[in-house]
Amino acid sequence: MTTIGLFNYWIVFVLMMSGLYIVIVSTNLIKKIIGLNIFQTSVFILYISIGKVSGGTAPILVDGITLYSNPLPHVLILTAIVVGVATTALGLAIVVRIHSAFNSIDEEEIYTTSD
Amino acid sequence: MEAIVDFALLAGLAAWAVAIVRLRSLFGAAMLFGIYSLHCALIFVVLDAVDVAFTEAAVGAGISTVLILGTLAITGIKLEVRHTRALIPLLITGTIGAALIYASVDMPLVGDPNAPANLHIVPDYIEGSATEIGIPNVVTSVLASYRGYDTLGEVTVIFTAGVGVLCLLGRGKPKRSRKPRG
Repeated sequence: MTTIGLFNYWIVFVLMMSGLYIVIVSTNLIKKIIGLNIFQTSVFILYISIGKVSGGTAPILVDGITLYSNPLPHVLILTAIVVGVATTALGLAIVVRIHSAFNSIDEEEIYTTSD
Repeated sequence: MEAIVDFALLAGLAAWAVAIVRLRSLFGAAMLFGIYSLHCALIFVVLDAVDVAFTEAAVGAGISTVLILGTLAITGIKLEVRHTRALIPLLITGTIGAALIYASVDMPLVGDPNAPANLHIVPDYIEGSATEIGIPNVVTSVLASYRGYDTLGEVTVIFTAGVGVLCLLGRGKPKRSRKPRG
């Protein structure tokens, strides 16, 4: 096998748009956060796909191997995963506060009760 | 062979995403999201990103799912109520998706060793990890040494998020709840 082609990117775009679709359509705040997380993982796969080198191996130095995949996107995405969980935790904390204030986590219901 | 595994795993991932979009049960969506994250970790292994796979399996599939389940337990809401018409969002996402696929034709093929991303500073990192730093795992040496400031920034973000969660949940006690912290 020489290359995987562009298939990785296309699936990434499908995932990205699924996440965006959930964020737009769903009025439920927890579902929205799940949508944001899907969008986020699609970006992770995009970066890791860019760093893949055909015939390369994981970037851990071993005698006798000269071709490694690109370690730089791996580092960036390691950081992004952890930051993503931190933002998810913050978002869910806000959801808990909204629930204790309005007794609902549905946007439409919150709009109608707050009027 | 590697390409076939890659195709199959990515197609499966897209199927999970569509299932999450269609599901109305929030508990089901949270659990499917855990499966989806673990599936992502598998793809990272195929794409040679073993450190990322490890983190995604532990943090993405583990902690995120637990946080979402904790919030579900506090709010006690099981089903998502659907209000909006889905046609216009479908049109918007379809258009953006088509534009992105059109743009992707210009990108270097996945796995191209001569792609610009693989040529610039990365060979220095791989060489320097052995000679300058002496750690066989290149990801570790880039994370902790060459790009140590990025990691410092990451820690700052996590600290800020932690302070934010404490400020939000620390004072006014939410009903019958214990705070789900990150």
